[in-house]
Amino acid sequence: MRYLCLIYDEEKKVGAMSKSESDAFMGEYFAFTDGIKKSGHYLGGEALEPVQTATTVRIRNGKVSTTDGPFAETKEQLGGYYIINARDLNDAIQVASKIPSARLGTVEVRPIMEFNQP
Amino acid sequence: MSEDAAERVREMVDALYRSDSRRVLATLIRLLGDFDLAEEALHEAFAAALERWPRDGAPANPRAWLVSAGRFKAIDSLRRRARFDASLAQLAERLGPDAGDAATPGWDDEGVEDDRLRLIFTCCHPALPPDAQVALTLRDVCGLTTEEIAPAFLTAAPTVAQRIVRAKAKIRDARIPYQVPSRADLPDRVDTVLHGVYLVFNEGYSASSGASLTRPDLSGEGIRLGRLLVELLPEPEAVGLLALMLLHESRRATRTSPEGELVLLADQDRSRWNREQIAEGVALVERALASRRFGPYTLQAAIAAVHAEAPDAAATDWAQIVGLYDVLARADPSSVVELNRAAAVAMRDGPAAGLALIDAILARGDLGDYHLAHSARADLCRRLGRTAEARASYQRALGLTRLEPERRFLQRRLGELPD
Repeated sequence: MRYLCLIYDEEKKVGAMSKSESDAFMGEYFAFTDGIKKSGHYLGGEALEPVQTATTVRIRNGKVSTTDGPFAETKEQLGGYYIINARDLNDAIQVASKIPSARLGTVEVRPIMEFNQP
Repeated sequence: MSEDAAERVREMVDALYRSDSRRVLATLIRLLGDFDLAEEALHEAFAAALERWPRDGAPANPRAWLVSAGRFKAIDSLRRRARFDASLAQLAERLGPDAGDAATPGWDDEGVEDDRLRLIFTCCHPALPPDAQVALTLRDVCGLTTEEIAPAFLTAAPTVAQRIVRAKAKIRDARIPYQVPSRADLPDRVDTVLHGVYLVFNEGYSASSGASLTRPDLSGEGIRLGRLLVELLPEPEAVGLLALMLLHESRRATRTSPEGELVLLADQDRSRWNREQIAEGVALVERALASRRFGPYTLQAAIAAVHAEAPDAAATDWAQIVGLYDVLARADPSSVVELNRAAAVAMRDGPAAGLALIDAILARGDLGDYHLAHSARADLCRRLGRTAEARASYQRALGLTRLEPERRFLQRRLGELPD
């Protein structure tokens, strides 16, 4: 079963890291990604540019409305994601708990909806 | 078979439903991999027993027969429905062509006990919201109906039913596995299960709102679940939790007056405390403490045991209680534990010492909305003759409590203050 792990970080906290801290943090991410590739959990994943680069698009009354940034101001921002293959939710939680950001921010684990194609 | 014998078999099936339907359900969920399908199968199996046993005689192993019949009925119904849904055909296939054999795979008494534990761990999975954990546990582990559960939460049966439906949907869609967690996860998961059981008990013991102070039915279920846990998973904290529930329960009859008024621990008629429950609770506390791996439930139970063994409030070993709160505050730091410790300090060293501690908690902004903090403060001010402050704190507490008997108690205390 596939799960999406959405990674929320406090950009301020991550941005305030010293060079060596941030290198170590990235190193943890590389090691984690390698680990779940070896264990067969990894299906995909990316890191995102900071939230200031985000654009929100909506269509209201037939008109495209484009605004700066995310819809709601929150303390933590979506910073990246993994798509993993896991046996069940307990297995997915095991994987998610090893994502380095789980210590600093939060990780949301969502099952991916499977559509039965005819 | 004679009419008499048939009647005896029907009574036996009824008794079996009460004693064993939860065990059979737990195993059917494992075999069928679906809560709703298993529940349907359970009822069909008992219906089949009512039909066949009076005619053919009861089987040698009734539980195994029921599991086997339930599994057979479920596969049968999946096959019938499979004409409309191909995925059900695959499921029916996977469950096996040999369905209905007496020798059901996966059947043995030990496996069945594991199934009950699997069921508890699944109902109390941390990915489910706490109120859904409690509702699901009462429904599937205790076998209560939604109509029986609803009044305990002061909600309507459809609301409880909805909570259960959502929880089951999450179990299915997020694929919460039907298993006892691995050794590495066990400590955290046991905490969630113990917390779920304690929520069931507390909902019965100190109802969070409403006209009556206690709801004995749910406390009884909590204790029953506690016993089951100790039997299946004898972790020290499970033993400690059972002790805590028994020691609280031993005082139930004296916590309210015949008129339904609140009676404080110091004023309770100790001759009416349930000695049998106290003896069992104390023995369990000693067992949990001896393990040296105990935690907050055992410590709270130890405090309750000191109270239970004291002839009256004045003769209570308050120094020991303060000491136990010190350990508890380190094991499970919280402002509520600090508040309780402050009340014990007031009994050991006098009201001024307790008041200073409570004021320190309130001064740092904690427990401002907790009615018991203000009523405890009011009580200490009253004993110190600081009437105006006592009045203000009683009024503050009165504005925060949602329980009618507590409101009346606080109003009585206010009325008794000198002008």
